Amino acid sequence: MAMAPDTRSPAPGAGAKAEPPLTAGLRMRSVALRWDTAVVILLIAVFLVGLGTTDGFTGSGNLAFAFNDISEVALIALPMTLLVVAGEIDLSVGSMLGFSSALAGSLWNAGWAFETIVPVVLVIGVLGGLLNGWLVTRVGLPSLAVTIGTLALYRGLASVVLGSDAVTDFPERYANWTANTTTVPGTFLTYPIVLFIVLAIVTAFVLHSTSFGRSLFAIGSQEDAAFFAGIRVKRYKLLLFVLTGLFSAFAGIIFTLRYGSARADNGTGYELLAISAILLGGIDFDGGKGTLVGAVAGILLVGVLRNLLTLNDVPNEVQTVVTGLLLVASVLTPRVIGVITERRQRRAAMAAGPAGGAVT
Amino acid sequence: MTIRTASRGRAAATAAAVCALAVSLAACSGTTKNDSKDDSAGGPAASSAKADPNAPLKKNLTMAFLPKQINNPYEKIVDDAGIAAAKSFQGTAKEVGPSDASASSQVSYINTLIQQRQNAILIAANDPNAVCGPLKQAMKQGIKVVSYDSDTAKDCRQVFINQASSESIGRSLIQHIGEQVGYKGKIAILSATQNATNQNTWIEYMKEELKDPKYKNMQLVKVAYGDDDDQKSFQQTQGLLQAYPDLKGIISPTTVGIAAAARYLDDSSYKDKVVLNGLGTPDQMRKYVKDGTVAQFSLWNPNNLGYLGSYAAAALASGQITGAQGDTFTAGKLGKFTVGKDGEVILGAPTVFDKANIDQFHF
Repeated sequence: MAMAPDTRSPAPGAGAKAEPPLTAGLRMRSVALRWDTAVVILLIAVFLVGLGTTDGFTGSGNLAFAFNDISEVALIALPMTLLVVAGEIDLSVGSMLGFSSALAGSLWNAGWAFETIVPVVLVIGVLGGLLNGWLVTRVGLPSLAVTIGTLALYRGLASVVLGSDAVTDFPERYANWTANTTTVPGTFLTYPIVLFIVLAIVTAFVLHSTSFGRSLFAIGSQEDAAFFAGIRVKRYKLLLFVLTGLFSAFAGIIFTLRYGSARADNGTGYELLAISAILLGGIDFDGGKGTLVGAVAGILLVGVLRNLLTLNDVPNEVQTVVTGLLLVASVLTPRVIGVITERRQRRAAMAAGPAGGAVT
Repeated sequence: MTIRTASRGRAAATAAAVCALAVSLAACSGTTKNDSKDDSAGGPAASSAKADPNAPLKKNLTMAFLPKQINNPYEKIVDDAGIAAAKSFQGTAKEVGPSDASASSQVSYINTLIQQRQNAILIAANDPNAVCGPLKQAMKQGIKVVSYDSDTAKDCRQVFINQASSESIGRSLIQHIGEQVGYKGKIAILSATQNATNQNTWIEYMKEELKDPKYKNMQLVKVAYGDDDDQKSFQQTQGLLQAYPDLKGIISPTTVGIAAAARYLDDSSYKDKVVLNGLGTPDQMRKYVKDGTVAQFSLWNPNNLGYLGSYAAAALASGQITGAQGDTFTAGKLGKFTVGKDGEVILGAPTVFDKANIDQFHF
């Protein structure tokens, strides 16, 4: 486990009292923040490179397309960020997207009104999230294992519901709402992305300015300590799983409308896209560390980078390599920074000599 | 620690409330399938411009082939031939595409080709509808759209290059395997992805052909899907033979599937008991035809498919054709072609490959 130096127990096995989680979280944030800043700078740099080198980058509707193209992943990544901060993971989101799409398709075929289909599908998303959360919090299973299971389960249900059909002809007025040609007048912002921005601001507020958000960091860095500090660990986790389920189902609706095709295999692999985007944004896989600004920057970076590389005819394999390298760098850099800081501090302490420790 | 029942009760109440809301909404008049405008009735997207069959072929045209996935060996052959053909009329063509054959993966490439202002896009669609929006945008901007190998919805392209009539492919595969198994016993199909337009059309015609009384002792027991993935197709073949040990024949109308199935049969006890037929490339299947695992398989010439695609795209971009029925154009060495119903251009009948002729073909 890549524990950060600050939160590492002084001696393995020793029942040493860990630092209070909150201060640990804060201290680590200063390190994580550097990576966040790096990702934001990288995002701006990629953007400027695009402006400078590639004709089509700001061409007819390209930016609207590029951002709209990651809207589903981006929406899923918001609750996923909270979940990872709290030290859990949900790998079933891509399958839930597919299940939601398949269900919407089969109900549409059965003659249901689209206005009815949406809330029903969202309820299914909530139930899927409840199942994940229940298995993790009540039965006490690790979320990685549980959601690998439900990844297969929900994808299987999607195939059961819709088989190999592809359902089309969804209502145009809703489909237009998701189209990359429909933008807020005068901007390149499509409506799914506007929704994402609003929800991202709300999520940032919740994560960084409420006691709920601080509790999530506490749970992620020291679950037991958080529990004994009176935080309702299980209830919070259950809520987060429900949220990822709900958002995934909603992303399924957007996906279905945007592509005009409801299929059981929609959103295959989206769980990894969403998770890798937020890891790239400096959210620590072990929980307890990260900022939402970083996560959002990570998501946008993935989208802009993919668009720019495709515009320049960079083959898919190379794109995958670039994304992979970035991801490794994002996981590695904070560790390296942490180790360097620790050494410096130790050296500083040594230099202070025996007199060190005297509090002035 | 347990979730307190109060909160669980609350969750249930919320869910119930949302359901109630949903049901009450259903009672109101919402938008249902019947109110939706039926777009599929529209014909191909032929422009209103008149075709001028005598217009000169434009030079310096830029075209892009967008296959289902970039590492599909069969489509690589088609695209390479198309790229070479473009050179013969001083155009430039390239191949771009996704690494997975999912419905959504081609969309961002279409956007890119619009930004690059290509003269024509040639696409083998993973999903007939998912690519529609961006293709329509492309056509709005004057980019010509040709589908090949696997069609899009009819109003999202101007011309569809059909390798052979779907009906003749589907029916001939059943006729061939019928002969091979003596019109008796169980057969199965090993297809690509569940939504591949071309596969599903052929399978429909196979089922049609099977309704003929002469096949009354043959049953199609299963359609398995290997997703055009070698490993998965191999496993599906194994699964078929496990589930139906008395299986007499397998039809795999996809080059990836037939090669994987042949590889499995070659090393299994079923080698001489199960007939394998379908669509494959001579280079992939040579070994299995020579060692007797496979007696015959068929395919059209993929080189000619790509070649014809390039010329059709050039004819569109030069104004020789618009995609309307009855338009004619000349495709270099392949001669004259006529656009049929719904913008279809048919390449010709598939070739049957066996021990006698396989060494004359290299692709």
